[in-house]
Order: sequence, then structure tokens, then C-alpha cells
Amino acid sequence: MVGITSYGGYIPRLRLNRMVIVQNMAWYFPVIMAVAQGEKSVANWDEDALSMAVAAAYDCVTGKDRKAIDGVYLASTTLPFSDRLNSDVVATALNTKEEGVSCADYTGSLKSGTTAAISAIESIQAGSNNNVLVVASDQRGAKMATMYEMFLGDGAAALLFGKDDVIAEFKGHFSLSCDFVDHYKACGKETDYTWEERWVRDEGYAKIIPDAVAGFLKKYGMAIGDFDKVIFPCYFKREHANIAKKLGLDPSKVQDNMHEVCGDTGTSHPFVMFISALEEAKPGDKILVASFGQGCDVLAFEMTDKIKDFKGPIGIKGSLANRVELASYQKYAKFRDLITADLGIRGEANPNTSLTTLWRNRKMILGLVGGKCKKCGTPQFPAAPVCVNPDCNAVGEMEDYEFADKPGKVLMYTGDMLSASVDPPAIYGLVGFDDGGRMFVDFTDCILEQTKVGLPIKMSFRRKYKDDMRGISGYFWKAIPQVKE
Amino acid sequence: MATGIKDKVAIIGMGCTKFGERWDVGAEELMVEAFQECLADAGIEKNEIQAAWFGTCFDEVNVGKSALPASMTLRLPNISVTRVENFCASGTEAFRGAVYAVASGAYDICLAIGAEKLKDIGYGGLPEFSSAMGTLNGLWFPNATAPGCFAMLASGYAAKYGIDMKDLKNAMAHVSAKSHANGVLNPKAHLRKAVTEDKILNAPMVAYPLGLFDCCGVSDGAACAIVTTPEIAKSMGKKDFITVKALQLSLSNGEEIQYSAWEGDHFVTTSKASAEAYKEAGIKNPREEISMMEVHDCFSITELVTMEDLHISERGKAPKDIMDGFFDLDGKIPCQVDGGLKCFGHPIGASGLRMLYEMYLQLHGRGDQRQIKDPKYGLTHNLGGFPMMNVCSVAIIGKHDV
Repeated sequence: MVGITSYGGYIPRLRLNRMVIVQNMAWYFPVIMAVAQGEKSVANWDEDALSMAVAAAYDCVTGKDRKAIDGVYLASTTLPFSDRLNSDVVATALNTKEEGVSCADYTGSLKSGTTAAISAIESIQAGSNNNVLVVASDQRGAKMATMYEMFLGDGAAALLFGKDDVIAEFKGHFSLSCDFVDHYKACGKETDYTWEERWVRDEGYAKIIPDAVAGFLKKYGMAIGDFDKVIFPCYFKREHANIAKKLGLDPSKVQDNMHEVCGDTGTSHPFVMFISALEEAKPGDKILVASFGQGCDVLAFEMTDKIKDFKGPIGIKGSLANRVELASYQKYAKFRDLITADLGIRGEANPNTSLTTLWRNRKMILGLVGGKCKKCGTPQFPAAPVCVNPDCNAVGEMEDYEFADKPGKVLMYTGDMLSASVDPPAIYGLVGFDDGGRMFVDFTDCILEQTKVGLPIKMSFRRKYKDDMRGISGYFWKAIPQVKE
Repeated sequence: MATGIKDKVAIIGMGCTKFGERWDVGAEELMVEAFQECLADAGIEKNEIQAAWFGTCFDEVNVGKSALPASMTLRLPNISVTRVENFCASGTEAFRGAVYAVASGAYDICLAIGAEKLKDIGYGGLPEFSSAMGTLNGLWFPNATAPGCFAMLASGYAAKYGIDMKDLKNAMAHVSAKSHANGVLNPKAHLRKAVTEDKILNAPMVAYPLGLFDCCGVSDGAACAIVTTPEIAKSMGKKDFITVKALQLSLSNGEEIQYSAWEGDHFVTTSKASAEAYKEAGIKNPREEISMMEVHDCFSITELVTMEDLHISERGKAPKDIMDGFFDLDGKIPCQVDGGLKCFGHPIGASGLRMLYEMYLQLHGRGDQRQIKDPKYGLTHNLGGFPMMNVCSVAIIGKHDV
């Protein structure tokens, strides 16, 4: 049996109430008021499609043997690198093995997530892979005062496919491909170019999705009524309901498009919605998932008994619950580089990324792998040739030790106004890990007033810097103080 | 068996520029200004200097690399000149090089000079550090600044002793107010304005919990010393000259930042360097025997915590000593007599030598309005780097016959 063995989700913590956009920008384009319901998820200034992909992937593989993963596929239309395998950054961050792992980026369309899933499933069916992680993530740019600014949210989702402990068995797929260009993003552009909404809605979503679903049902001799939940994206709320009607679906069987809670998360969205459904699914439930983008992929799954006891990760539900309102439109605009604020001369510093150094230390930097002394058992970061324990100081006795999932606490901290930061004050400090080891590290997703010595922390993979001169984004981990509300 | 440095080397001349925003001069003029004073004070000719050590830290935005800037600026007679850099201990490192060279018998007369031109970068605070930290650290170290790193110490100290941050801030404000009061009395100081504790407490935040007045001045300046053996000093006819009693350095080895024992409340290195220095100088009870101090008050919290690591205040009791006026100019051990880094200023490579300069003046009774009655031992202390990873130097000097 091939199917889903785990899932994980990540919706960034910041939410922008759409009325905040309206209050700031409706003077320029009042039409945005029509879709101003609820809030959209906003990636923090130090997040992007790649960092969110790692967050969702980590969530998905929690409790799983990461060394058993033999494929990492990443789907997105907003990856930071067009030539450097982004999925390999995810694999390194997960500290998977390197030999015997194939990584691939799926991009170029919002349906590339489902396409990646089909490839993953087929590679397992063919017997060439056992466990393939499929991650979809998007952080799409939108110009100010546009419908896209209203519709689009940020987020990521991950599905682990395999043969053992399947919670949702794969039952088949059907794909429709056509060069329907509702929007496109040219190479080197930050935002999409979009065509008239009425046409996108009526000739795009409302025809292509039903056609693909019909194709699937015909191929497998099934009826839409066989499914307990049907998932398809469409950021027009009303059209989403109309398509359901067109498909002959009972409204209770339609998965909500999540406009009010996070917005359309692009390539991730079919999975974000799917995972929301998985979080509520019962054994025997049949779920149909469709995507949209130059056609449509349709995949069917049936829940196994194992879904009953599946200890859910944070998932979409958990990350939606972890929310903080971003009250300032200016902050949102600054985080997305829509406006320029001066960082000062101090902020001009731009040391080059040494690729040789990064290669040698890739496990440390991307995977947060430190060392544990084989002589005295002391965990330490970074792994050093000489053990840091003053009573040991053994030479050359380090073995890999992962810090990414280790609990820790704030030992010292500050909020620094002098440091050049997109979101001052820059909060950082020294964290100590409960099982040993400590780290001088940036904090994120926190505010100074709530940061305290002794607070528990979780580590999170973030974009550490963006070197616009050389076009490289650097990644490392930051600590998130866990504030109890 | 090593016998330490005590009384093996005499300081026969010192010089120090006015510190401050010296927009009109470069590091070269500053070096010459300090050197001319020093030469005149020593009463020797330039050609009598046999070797020199030059301390400067941010060479990239200052004089550039190597010791050539010192050798060429001072037109030294093609002698050995060594550039040293050890963060904020760079000035004391230069002094250490010169002192050890004389003590070894390799040379008779040596020069230590420290200089730093910090105000040519176009922005406030110390020069940005990211391109000077190495290629690996650059990939992961936090987006930190000096005030931020030392501000962390306040959070660790307050947590360790269960002190309310408000009370700690009050003690920190007294630290700064005292140094401002001392700075007023010193014509060479960068900042010469008295500031009330109220104003200090209400200043804009730089890095929580450090406000503007919790941070020292960023200044241009140079300072230097000429050293020789006590025998040669005597043969030159010097009376009541000053000798080095102790000179210690201690560096972090990673335990604070990587191992799980340190609580973020003190300086491991300062505790060690000062204990070694007292031993070297033969000082049994520093709280009773040290007459005056110039410590590395880059930030008010640094000075506060340092009082404990110098074994002057008991652990957790520095705020009380500070509030009791123990370190004020009229207190038991006046600290930052010349205004400290806080108000005299902090041109990094010069700072260690500037501290020695004040102790030297005081021991010679040349402290003017700031003169302390009959000082015996003067202690200087530098701390370079961050609380969790640093270089610490401690020096003690006093009259030769003591």
C-alpha cells in the first residue's frame, strides 16, 4: 500500500487583518473592500518560501526516522534560487542522509505541489524509493492595493509518502494540462502579471477544475458522491462555492478555501486545505484533492485505520492557532520590501558568503548539527575538535548531535536598537539546551516586552540575511521564546 | 619557577592625547601628540628606544594593517615594531609586549603605543563588525552589537540575583553619573558634562536595558608609555618612579558560550586575571589594598559586574557598594577617576594605556583636581569582546619602593 505516512504544516504566526489593508490602501483601489473578510497570513521578515518549507517539513517528520527518507521534493513558485537545488537545502536542514537521496524542485506553476506528489507516489510504486517527502511552500509577492495583496497568504505544507504505516492510501490520479494563463511571473520579476478576474474565474477555475474532476471520475468509474471531502483551491469565495455546486457536491463535503484565516497560499494551498481535512478525517473517509495552474491535478486518497492513532504534528490547525496580529500596514510593507526605510551606514555591511566555508559546515549551518563528545557525553555547538567540557577536553571525539529539535531556555537576552534590523529592536541572546549545550543566537517571532530569562525556546530555520548584491540568501536557525499567553 | 613581573620594569614616561571627536586630526597626529608628551616626560631621545609595540583594533577603518603606521608616523629608527590586536585589551597588549621585552633583558628601553581613530566611519557606535568576525561566524552569529551583548549581561545578572531590573538600573545610573562627575574634572576627557541619575534613567534605549548614558563614548585618541628596567631608571636619575606590579591576561576558552556552567552573571576571565594579578603583586586583600581603579566601563553594567570579578565587591553586592558611594571619587576605592571609558572616551587601541596614564599621574601626585590622597596601588582592567567570549587584561602599578 502506498500513501501518506505523515503530514505537517506551517502557517506563519503573523496575520494581517484585511481591513488594515483597506484602511491604508482603499483610497487607491476601493475594489479591494469586496474581499476584505478575515485575515491573511504574513511571513515574518526573516521568512521566505524556503524557510517555511523547512518548518513544514520538520513538522511532518517529527518522530520519523529522517535517515529513512530517500527523496525530498520541494514545490514552489517563489524559491530563492533558480539554480541551486532548494530542496537540497531542505534536506540538509532536516539532516537527511546525502547518499541515496534524490532531491528535486518542482516549480513553474501553482499546481507543482500536486505534480511533485504524483512523482513521489510513482517513484514509490515503481520501487525506486521508500519514503519521499513532498513539501510545498509559497510566499508570493503582490503589489500594494491589488486584489492579490488581499487574496494571497503565506504558508507551507508537507506530506510524507511511503509504504509503511500509511494513514491515507493513494487511490489514483488524473491530470489535465493546458496553457491557461490567468497570471504569470516572468523570470526576475517579484510579482505576477494578472488577467481579468471574471475570465479567470469563469473560464479558468470554474471550467478546468470540474473538467479534471470529471476526467478522474470517468477514469476510475467513480462518482463525486463517493467522496467525503473534496478539496480544490479558488480564492474567489463565491466561485469556490459555485464550483462545488457544479460538481454536484453537498456543501458539507467541500473543504473551505481558508480565505478568512490565511488566504490562498499558492503552491501549498491544495495541501494546506488537504491537511486541514486530514486533521479531521476518520478511517474510511475518501478525500479528493485538486490543484489549479496551467491545468489541474486530481488525486484521491482513502483514510486507513492508522489515521485514528496518528499523533498529529502542529499541522495547519496548530499553526493557525499560533497567531499574532500584525497591526501595522507599514510594517507589512517594509517586511515585503514594498517600501524603503533607511538601515543606515551600519546596515550597508555585506560580507560575502564563503561557499567553501558553507560546504564544510553545511550540517552545522543548515542542519543545526553540533557535536556530542563520545568521551564525556557533552553536547556542544559548534562541534569542535577539542571538547569544551573543562574536565574532558578530549580531542577528535565528536559525533553528530542535532540541536534543531532540542528544548532549551533563554539564559540572557537583549533588544538591540543599534543593530541594523528590518524589525528593531534586534532581539538575541544566549540559550541553553535542557540536555546540554548552548548557543548565542538571534531570536525571532517574539517581542522584547514578553521575552524573559528562563522562557522555553524552540529553534526555527530562518533566512539569516539576504545579500542583494550577490543574490544569495543565507539561512540559519533562530530561537523562538515560547510565551505562554 | 616563574617569579612574575613585579618590580622588574619601570614606567619612565607616559603620554596621552585629549580623547574625543577629533575631526581635525587623523591617527597619525594623535600618535605624535601622545608620543611627544611621553618622550618629554621620560626625558630621553627617540633614538634610545630599541623596540616598540603598537596596539590598534579596528585597523580596517583606521590605520590599516601591520605596525608600519606607527613606525612611519613616529619615524622610528628602523627598530622592531610589532602590531598587536586583542579587542579592547589591545592597548594593554602593546604595554605587555614592551614590558616583557624589557623584563627578558632583550632590550633596555621600549615603547608601547596605542591609537585608534574611530570617528571616520560615518555613523555612531563602534564600527560594524560582520566582516571582521571570520567566514564561519559570519554565517551564524546573531546580528549583535557591543551594547546588545553587554546588555545581555544585565538580564543574566538580574536573573541570577533576583534583582528587579529597576533597582539594577538605578545602580547602573549611579555608575554613569559618577564617571560623568569625574569627567568634568579632566580637561583631556571626551565628555565633560555632569549628568543626573534621573536623566540617565530616562534616556532613550540603545539595547535593553542599556540606555544612551549606560554606554561609553566612542572616541579618537592615542596614549603611550616608555618602559625600562628599574636599574636603568635609577641610573637616569629617576626618583619615585613607577613599576609594574602585575600584568595578567585571561581569555575565554568557549566554556561560557558553549558549556553549561556559566550563568551569564559574571566575567570568568576577569575573576581569574584579577586573582592572578593580586598574587603576582603580593596583594592579599584587594578591597583594602587597592587605592584606585580604571576599569573597562564600556557599559555601566560591565563596570558594575566587574567590581565583583575584581574581588572588591562580594557576589551580588556590587549594586550596594555602588549606591553606598564606595567607588565615587571620595569613596574607599575611587573608580574611573579620569572619567573612565564612559567620559574620558574609548579609542580602543589606546584605552589600556590611557588607564595606566591616569594611574601613573595619580601615583606621581599629578592628578590635579582629581588627585587622590596617597595612592599606593592603581589597578587597570580591560575587557574586549562579549561577556560570553572575551579577552581580559588586568594591570597593577605602584611606586617602586612600595
